[in-house]
Amino acid sequence: MNPRAMLIPALLLAGLSALFGALLLGSTPMEASRVLAALAGVADATDGAVVWQVRLPRALAAFIVGLALGGSGAALQGLLRNPLAEPGVLGVSASASLGATFALYYGFFGISAWLVPVAAVAGALFATLLIAAAAMRTSSVITLILIGVGLSSFAGAAMSLLMNLAPNPFSLSDMINWMLGSVANRSFPDIAFSAPFIAAGLAILLAGRRGLTALTLGDEAAAGIGLDLRRQRLLVVAGAGLATGGAVALAGAIGFVGIVAPHIVRPLVDHDPARSLIPSALLAGLILVLADIGVRLLPTEFELKLGVVAALIGAPAFVWIAMQRRTISAEQD
Amino acid sequence: MTDSEQNSELTVDKLCVRAGDSLLVENASLDLRAGELAVLLGPNGAGKTSLLRGILGLAPTVTGSVRLRGRTLGEFNPQQRARRLSYLPQRRPLAWPSPVRDVVSLGRYAWGCAPGRLGATDRGAVNSALAACGLLEMAERSTDTLSGGELARVHCARAFATEAPLLFADEPVASLDPRHRFRIMQLIRDHVRTGAGALVVLHDVSLAARFADRLIWMKDGRIAADGPPAQTLTESRMAEIYQVHANIDGKRVEITEPLQNE
Repeated sequence: MNPRAMLIPALLLAGLSALFGALLLGSTPMEASRVLAALAGVADATDGAVVWQVRLPRALAAFIVGLALGGSGAALQGLLRNPLAEPGVLGVSASASLGATFALYYGFFGISAWLVPVAAVAGALFATLLIAAAAMRTSSVITLILIGVGLSSFAGAAMSLLMNLAPNPFSLSDMINWMLGSVANRSFPDIAFSAPFIAAGLAILLAGRRGLTALTLGDEAAAGIGLDLRRQRLLVVAGAGLATGGAVALAGAIGFVGIVAPHIVRPLVDHDPARSLIPSALLAGLILVLADIGVRLLPTEFELKLGVVAALIGAPAFVWIAMQRRTISAEQD
Repeated sequence: MTDSEQNSELTVDKLCVRAGDSLLVENASLDLRAGELAVLLGPNGAGKTSLLRGILGLAPTVTGSVRLRGRTLGEFNPQQRARRLSYLPQRRPLAWPSPVRDVVSLGRYAWGCAPGRLGATDRGAVNSALAACGLLEMAERSTDTLSGGELARVHCARAFATEAPLLFADEPVASLDPRHRFRIMQLIRDHVRTGAGALVVLHDVSLAARFADRLIWMKDGRIAADGPPAQTLTESRMAEIYQVHANIDGKRVEITEPLQNE
């Protein structure tokens, strides 16, 4: 059988294994038989609570956030024809984070719990729209990344401002949670509020993935072979905005996983952005579940934030990919 | 439908293309038949690319009528148009180091397929385009390992794979060596022999004279002349269009010096 056809099943299997592993490991390791019994609902109450209320929602949250960020990263890279595009780098995550913080600290949460993911999605959509609009006017990758830097800095500054002006007192550590990203203490209701946005976003990205392949030829030739450019841009902006906004509402801003996963997947799918979408999402989910297991097992006094670990691994990878890209383009010029 | 339209693949009538306040193409009318290779000539900025994009419906403000086999182009959605008219733009960036076969497969995009997911008809079209352009032995190679001449053939194969009755090619031989210029024009000539009509933008007048059935001369957004090389390629035309003095001997063109501006 074609090894490439095995990519998605292999990633699915690895993802499920990692999720199961996340249930086994923790401050008090549990044997597989106890976890299985707890999953089946025939274990004692403590085991059941640890598995169903602590470990499973946390691991699932990491996986779902990874799906959203990996899928959005792969789609944005296809749209912008740039391996460095990613919700974090482009400032989409930071904008979503700003939206979520705003909703939380100005008491929107009291009106409806839906308003937090909605505000995060609104922030993400604003950023993706801005970037897509800029991408139509310039083909310069550097401009787009600079816009991302600007958006991230602005979102950071605006969050500091919120901290100063917010009517109700809140702690610095809450703020840092949102800025750094974490899936600690997530519950199934938390997931339920974000999952519809992530699912809708990923569905939109999947529906528009064929056009990403066409964009390989550049905008002009892609329009020539029958791609509706405007529709394609809207699909990716809406899909990545919804998925990233949902992910940020669930876990805060987690960067770089949307770069690393598609970068690993791309050579395995003949560099086709359309075919990289699902494997990138699955791989990013797998990476975040594994990274979160690492965060939980590391014997540090205070638990590391998942977003910090993702950035510690991802940021050097980003620099490495950027440097490689420079050498390639120098050869072409 | 007039008689002349009946055997015409493409009829363009009084096409104007605007960008802001400036008129890029003014009242351009032309027609193109199956099995005909027309070359569009003119200096930089004459509106050649704008004319192609205007006909394709890719330019923003266009007035006038464009008909494909008598049907107004506006009736077609982008995919339906792309099945009838394949377009090789001037700038041909490739974002990813895809395999040659995948790039050529994108010629079948308008038929609803994606690389790696081709039906039997599509696979046949891709294979014959690869064969026509001499690319079969490098079909699995990555495009970032190819030379400029090889890449030009990949883009031609992509345009041929659509099997559209019309082909627009904007400077398909730009930055190629003389041998590859011939090779690409020969490929387009062979493609036209299979029954397609082609409109090709060139800057090389000798190459145009050698391969074209018809020369369409553009200057300042207007079509200045349209006819077979034997009738339209003259020394006065070269002076009028390109502001150069040229010696013309049949299809031989020797440009001697630029005309002095008074």
